[in-house]
Amino acid sequence: MFELQQLTHHYDGAEVLRVEDWSAAQGAQWLLLGPSGSGKTTLLHILAGILRPTAGRAIIAGQDVSDLSASALDRFRGRNIGIVLQRLHLLPSLTVAQNVQLAQYLAGLPQDATRVDEVLAGLDLADKADARPHALSHGQAQRAAIARAVVNRPRLLLADEPTSNLDDARCAQALDLLLTQAAACGATLVIATHDQRVRARVAHHYQLGAAS
Amino acid sequence: MNLLKLSASYLRAKALNTGLQVVLFALGIGTITLLLLATTQLDQRMRRDAQGIDLVIGAKGSPLQIILSAIYHLDVPTGNISYTQAKTIAAHRAVKKTIPLALGDSYRGFRIAGTNHDYVAHYGATLGAGRLWEKPLDAVIGAEVAARTGHGLGAKFAGAHGLGDGGDAHEGTDYTVVGVLAPSGTVLDRLVLTSVETVWAVHAQHQGIHDIENAAAQMKDEDKEYTALLVQYASPLAAAILPRYVNNNSDMQAASPAYETARLFSIIGVGTDVLRGFALVLVFSAALSVFIALYNALEERRYDLAIMRTLGASPGRLMALLMGEGMLLAGIGGVCGIALGHLFTEMTGMAMRTAQQGSITGLIWLPEEFIVLALAVAVGALAALVPAWRAYRTDIAGTLARG
Repeated sequence: MFELQQLTHHYDGAEVLRVEDWSAAQGAQWLLLGPSGSGKTTLLHILAGILRPTAGRAIIAGQDVSDLSASALDRFRGRNIGIVLQRLHLLPSLTVAQNVQLAQYLAGLPQDATRVDEVLAGLDLADKADARPHALSHGQAQRAAIARAVVNRPRLLLADEPTSNLDDARCAQALDLLLTQAAACGATLVIATHDQRVRARVAHHYQLGAAS
Repeated sequence: MNLLKLSASYLRAKALNTGLQVVLFALGIGTITLLLLATTQLDQRMRRDAQGIDLVIGAKGSPLQIILSAIYHLDVPTGNISYTQAKTIAAHRAVKKTIPLALGDSYRGFRIAGTNHDYVAHYGATLGAGRLWEKPLDAVIGAEVAARTGHGLGAKFAGAHGLGDGGDAHEGTDYTVVGVLAPSGTVLDRLVLTSVETVWAVHAQHQGIHDIENAAAQMKDEDKEYTALLVQYASPLAAAILPRYVNNNSDMQAASPAYETARLFSIIGVGTDVLRGFALVLVFSAALSVFIALYNALEERRYDLAIMRTLGASPGRLMALLMGEGMLLAGIGGVCGIALGHLFTEMTGMAMRTAQQGSITGLIWLPEEFIVLALAVAVGALAALVPAWRAYRTDIAGTLARG
């Protein structure tokens, strides 16, 4: 599904990320492990098409992202990649349903209210559709952020530290949601984490070393 | 979901700020609209009233006063001119047509003008009821006079000396309304028209002539006077000959309506320029407040913008979002302002109608208002330009990584 080869990224002249070779099959579920500062977030941003690597190849969903123009990359990201960031950040001026709908709109896809309702119902948020983000609990906000990430049926679902600051029960719930939602739309899942509790739940692991 | 809805959601989330900016825009645009409506209508009225009148001849004095008194009936006359001298002018080869005016009295603030039927024909006015004056003391009243006094055909009233309300009434010389003019949008709407002979007869009483019916016939030509003579040139060449002829060869004064009204507008123009400057300051401060609000909001919306980028929005979309907010604000302010401008104009018009100084109305629509609205929106876009450019340049990875 994606294939990274000889990938490096530099920030202010220093190498912050090096990936020799990492490939994942469509629908596979991966953990991206590594200590703080090992470049997990940078790698996640490259996978998301937010950041272009300094060197090396990144082929995502059959597409070499370095071949895409800036606007094509924006479109590609909107349609193929779903991201759940550590800071969930829903747009405060919109309702939960509007936040999800925004993902359809900005990806340039038809706005399908039925799909929005379906995704919200699947995440047990049907009664929060018209609520403002500030009225949500952390768990609800995380589910809303997951809804926003999966509404376009992405081929790659990325999550950045989804379980940090959660107790064991909530950690298991959050992980369940990501695994089932990714499976539901057949997306490849990559969870960047340093949380040891999730290791046993996900089959494939990719370990980043500390930055050299 | 679309950009407009998104822009609107941000404006709604900051209702107080939005309200302030809309009010600032509305006040500025409202003032500009007021100026536009008022000056356009005054200009139109003044042009229409002076149309086809090439020269006004009156007694020596301020030419502007002659124009104001003889064409617009807004000022007192400079004096009277002799009937015989006026006849000489009327017979001059440079003159195509003359209309005499004998002024001096008024009725409830409306001026009584002694003239001939050409005066009505000149403005293309038609009778709404009755007929034109024939006998002495026949009066034809303008539409506004009829509306405000409530007089109809057959009504009788006495004129008062002078132009203001409450001058000495001329006893025993009651006018009879024989005709009411249909509204013409000209100065005729505000006049009481009668024959020149009537005006002479009413004033001949001071000379001991009390036979109103035959007063004019009994008067000597030397005692007859006009107040002013409206002149139409026979040819454009007359403009070079006639004014000089009048000013040099008689004790009368020639005044050009075109020149004097232009002069008048340049005097009024100072006032409207000040008001227009004030309006522009208001619009500028509205634009500044939009700029500051958007610029400050960028910091707290940095993450929103980065999120939108991760969801597939191009930098151009983000730029359009902020520009849209500025333009939406200015557009709403502009529409409110134009509505406000019409309200102000209508209120001014009502005050002017009470003072019988002709009227303007807020109930007309000028195509220029579209330009005013477009300008407001352009100002909004301009104010949003720098914040929008910064949104365009949002560094998503950096913003997300910093959290």
